[in-house]
Amino acid sequence: MKITVDQEKCEGHNRCFVVAGELFELDDYGYAHEVNGGEVPAGMEEKARLAIVNCPEQAILIVEE
Amino acid sequence: MTTEQRPDTTPKDWKTDYDIFSPAYIKNPFPIWDEIRASECPVAHTERWGSSWMPTKYVDLFNIARDVTNYSSRDVLVAPTGPEPGTENQPNPYAEIPPELQNQDIGAPPITSDPPVHTWARHLLLPVFSATAVAKYEPETRALCRELIDGFIASGTADAAAGYAQQIPPRVIASMLGIPQEESETFTTWVRGFLEQGLTNPEIRGESATKMFMYLWERIQDHKANPRDDLIGYLLNAQVDGQPVPEPHILGTCFLILVAGIDTTWSSIGSAFWHLAQHPEDRKRLIEEPELITSAVEELLRAYSPVTMARYVAADVEYNGCPMKEGDRVLMNFPAANRDPEKFPNPHEVILDRPVNPHVAFGVGIHRCAGSNLARMEMRVAIEEWLKRIPYFELVDPEAVTWAGGQVRGPRICEVKFPAGGK
Repeated sequence: MKITVDQEKCEGHNRCFVVAGELFELDDYGYAHEVNGGEVPAGMEEKARLAIVNCPEQAILIVEE
Repeated sequence: MTTEQRPDTTPKDWKTDYDIFSPAYIKNPFPIWDEIRASECPVAHTERWGSSWMPTKYVDLFNIARDVTNYSSRDVLVAPTGPEPGTENQPNPYAEIPPELQNQDIGAPPITSDPPVHTWARHLLLPVFSATAVAKYEPETRALCRELIDGFIASGTADAAAGYAQQIPPRVIASMLGIPQEESETFTTWVRGFLEQGLTNPEIRGESATKMFMYLWERIQDHKANPRDDLIGYLLNAQVDGQPVPEPHILGTCFLILVAGIDTTWSSIGSAFWHLAQHPEDRKRLIEEPELITSAVEELLRAYSPVTMARYVAADVEYNGCPMKEGDRVLMNFPAANRDPEKFPNPHEVILDRPVNPHVAFGVGIHRCAGSNLARMEMRVAIEEWLKRIPYFELVDPEAVTWAGGQVRGPRICEVKFPAGGK
């Protein structure tokens, strides 16, 4: 599973970071970025999905490979 | 003795004639939102306080918030300000403002800005309100909460709104800005004048704004003469495109921080205590599972979202069959969106560990509340410190609780009782 944060949509609510801190990092402005190139480690898919559905901006997307 | 019957102005049809300042709406808006949302007309309209529209569905709030071209933020309050100050025998509330500020559009950037100004004005503020940046203020917030509790714990009663919730944000904001905390009562009076009484009374609104502008302008000048490492100092040193930030802009931003950082956060904290006073099972969970606090804060924010800012229709536009005219206001009813059953199952139930909670209490889109991390920290610390010492408490009289409402909703008197000395 691979995810990405759409930088056009992220407004820095920080919900993804709180729900799945292993998968995101925040910059100085509070905008979120996926870590590890967006690769979700095995076993963390559920956390990634929680981050997606908790984002009020619908800014986190699953990258189809 | 004669009894004078005041005319009942409560709306009969909330879809076509709502009044956000009606006592019925302020006390209990939830069934009204449900009725509007479930009707054929989920974007309600009214002519009261000027023509305005009120979406109640999550999807509509989401769409309108993200359309900053048609829905401007040039005016975020719904009630008109009345005749221009100084005309038609209106007293000019800005008459005392220093000459260098006369005829300046001070506003409250970036909440009252549209792009492109909004973009740099917001980027100026975001770093000082990041989760990491506000963590710096957590120890002093905690100490403040403890001190407030020390003041009433022996008596066995407290006003959780006026005596606790209301006392926290003004002091934290003062500390951030670098202005004296001792004057926090005065800030509270001004902010309430602006955002509560002032919403329907342009004169009080103008006077309160003038007093805040005058006070903050003096503080800014003082910071220039005596540079300090605080938020005003940061704004004075900041550069945008190689230029210092214009001082009227700094004034407007400080005004925003004072107004938006005080009334909204204490409303949220107050509502949280109003809820917890009536839900021993939720208190018990928070005490037994303290790690739940982060998600509990989000859930309390969802269920009791305080803020309904407005947008200004920039040009005639039709939204879902609603003919919105230039100059109409749109009430961004994020609190109603957060109780939309299409988005949140059992929306009226507070579920402290609600797993899917994309609430929009802080708004959505480019005007997402810049102070959200500060508000969350203050709420979390206020609840943690209270529950440690006062795990059992209840409302003295549910009917005696009073609410402010309209564009910012929260309890203003909320007496609670508990075993004297706590625990």
